[in-house]
Amino acid sequence: MDWYRRAIDSDIWWSFKSSTTTVVAASVTLFIFAMAFLAPILAPHTPFDPATLSLSDGLRPPVLFSPEGDWSFPLGTDDQGRDVLSAIMYGTRLSLEVGFAAVIAAMLIGITLGLISGYVGGAIDAVIMRVADVQLTFPAILVALLIDGMVRGIISVKRHDEIAIYVVVGAIGLSFWVQYARTVRSSVMVEKNKEYVQAARVIGLSPMLIMVRHVLPNVTGPVMVIATINLGLAIITEATLSFLGVGLPSTEPSLGTLIRLGNDMLQSGDWWVSLFPGVTLAVLVLAVNLLGDWLRDALNPKLR
Amino acid sequence: MLAFVLRRLAQSVAVLLTVGVVAFFMFRYVGDPINAMVGQDTSLQERDELRQKLGLNDPAPIQFLRFIGNAAQGKFGLSYRTSEPVGRMILERMPATLELSFCAAMFSLLVGVPMGVYTGLYPRHWSSKLLQAVSLIGVSLPTFLVGILLILVFAVFLRLLPSFGRGETVDIGWWSTNFLTTKGLLALIMPSITLGLFQLTLIMRLVRSEMLEVMRTDFIKFARARGLSNRAINFGHALKNTLVPVITIAGLQLGAIIAFAVVTETVFAWPGMGQLFIQSVQFADIPVMAAYLMLIAFLFVVINVIVDLLYFLVDPRLRSQGGAARVSGH
Repeated sequence: MDWYRRAIDSDIWWSFKSSTTTVVAASVTLFIFAMAFLAPILAPHTPFDPATLSLSDGLRPPVLFSPEGDWSFPLGTDDQGRDVLSAIMYGTRLSLEVGFAAVIAAMLIGITLGLISGYVGGAIDAVIMRVADVQLTFPAILVALLIDGMVRGIISVKRHDEIAIYVVVGAIGLSFWVQYARTVRSSVMVEKNKEYVQAARVIGLSPMLIMVRHVLPNVTGPVMVIATINLGLAIITEATLSFLGVGLPSTEPSLGTLIRLGNDMLQSGDWWVSLFPGVTLAVLVLAVNLLGDWLRDALNPKLR
Repeated sequence: MLAFVLRRLAQSVAVLLTVGVVAFFMFRYVGDPINAMVGQDTSLQERDELRQKLGLNDPAPIQFLRFIGNAAQGKFGLSYRTSEPVGRMILERMPATLELSFCAAMFSLLVGVPMGVYTGLYPRHWSSKLLQAVSLIGVSLPTFLVGILLILVFAVFLRLLPSFGRGETVDIGWWSTNFLTTKGLLALIMPSITLGLFQLTLIMRLVRSEMLEVMRTDFIKFARARGLSNRAINFGHALKNTLVPVITIAGLQLGAIIAFAVVTETVFAWPGMGQLFIQSVQFADIPVMAAYLMLIAFLFVVINVIVDLLYFLVDPRLRSQGGAARVSGH
């Protein structure tokens, strides 16, 4: 129970406990995560198995808003008779998976390039950082769209649907790496002149080993903070790509795809098909952003 | 000042060239331009002749120079999807995007700055706290969701505003404008709010924190001691000193507005450049994507240079230093 006592005693736990907003945000995040990852167990229907759908259940309004509602579809159904609640649970799961994977991809690219840039220096550093500067001129969503379009140009549009999820993860990862690379590079430039690195070099360790085993652990703090803040952004970017019709296909809908599909029914007054996924997305991103803000302040030694 | 301007221009040219290289590689090596131009039954020999005629067998640097030369004249080749000249397609849709972006920027400035000043002057008033909380939600809402909510409330439930298209437009030369008809103006309202909302919250939070900072300084206390009116202090002294960061962010955000028009135009079926770009991404229409990329890069660079020059108008310290120091990086 030693680690437990240490965790309870730590500054971070104290700052977490004393902020009501953060506790609420953390509970909401946990609830949504649980709902998403337990979807196969908890969801009342299997929305993407055509055998279980019935068109006679189509466009049923939510229970609390209309007497036509049916308790087996608490948030209503779409035009195919799919249960909106179950679709949201599976969709949230996909959105979260893509969000996490994209952040990890961005971290891997950014940390690798940042380490190389900072440790090797010279012409390689100059090239990497100029590319980063130019990319930073453009909003991330544009970069992701361009990458997505280029992949479509290289492989056929039909095969694209099969690997859409990897394309989206790659596109978002490649549009968010700059921040990590810059942070890691500046930390490495400070660390590499310290005595412990010189000592490691004197005993003949390879640059690779020095970077990964000795320099990298010193930059994990800021990298984790950026990653938390980026998670919300990555989820929004994925939803936007899917909404624009260039993200996840409608056979495997994320929250953004669900909103796009529901948007077609909005004009005729069937608002629940797009509104409930939209609310889920907004609440999820708000909660994750609040957690990220708190973590940034809690880990910032200047504010302690 | 001259040295500063020249250095900025050199940097801008470097950025444009880098983007030009990316656009050229997309144009030349992603997909085959010949395949897109000819039919299925064209023989290999005819293809080779066409390749030779178009100069696709020349060394890459020469092709690149030709590409940049053509781009500078607005020639970007033919679209793979519609076989129209790309330059004309973009030019036709440019007025729609620029008018929408202009209205969104005006909305975010004209509403965001007063809200920022108010919450900065009375930070403890309940209405300021409410605005702060609302702005936090505004930052977390994705643009397309804001658009859908507006359509749901004002077009579907209340039936007050049109939910798609530009309404009526009037042509002035090649420029078609929304500003001269009532229907056109009504159609602008919801897209502009959707596009400007994120920038509005950003500008409001920025002005607020800058105002809080300035109001604590000594020169505001002295201004009060001199018996100046509240109005003169709040606007003549305090607000003026918050302008440098506000101009920086607002200027850079203008570029972001034009880029995010992609999303807003899709939500409202607004026939602008952004919608064209999305269609070209969906159909892998490389020439349109390359041209759009170059155009956006050009706009961003122009905006950045203008923002840098505006510093000289706003900040007297820079003029006396001969422009050696930059006020703030970004």
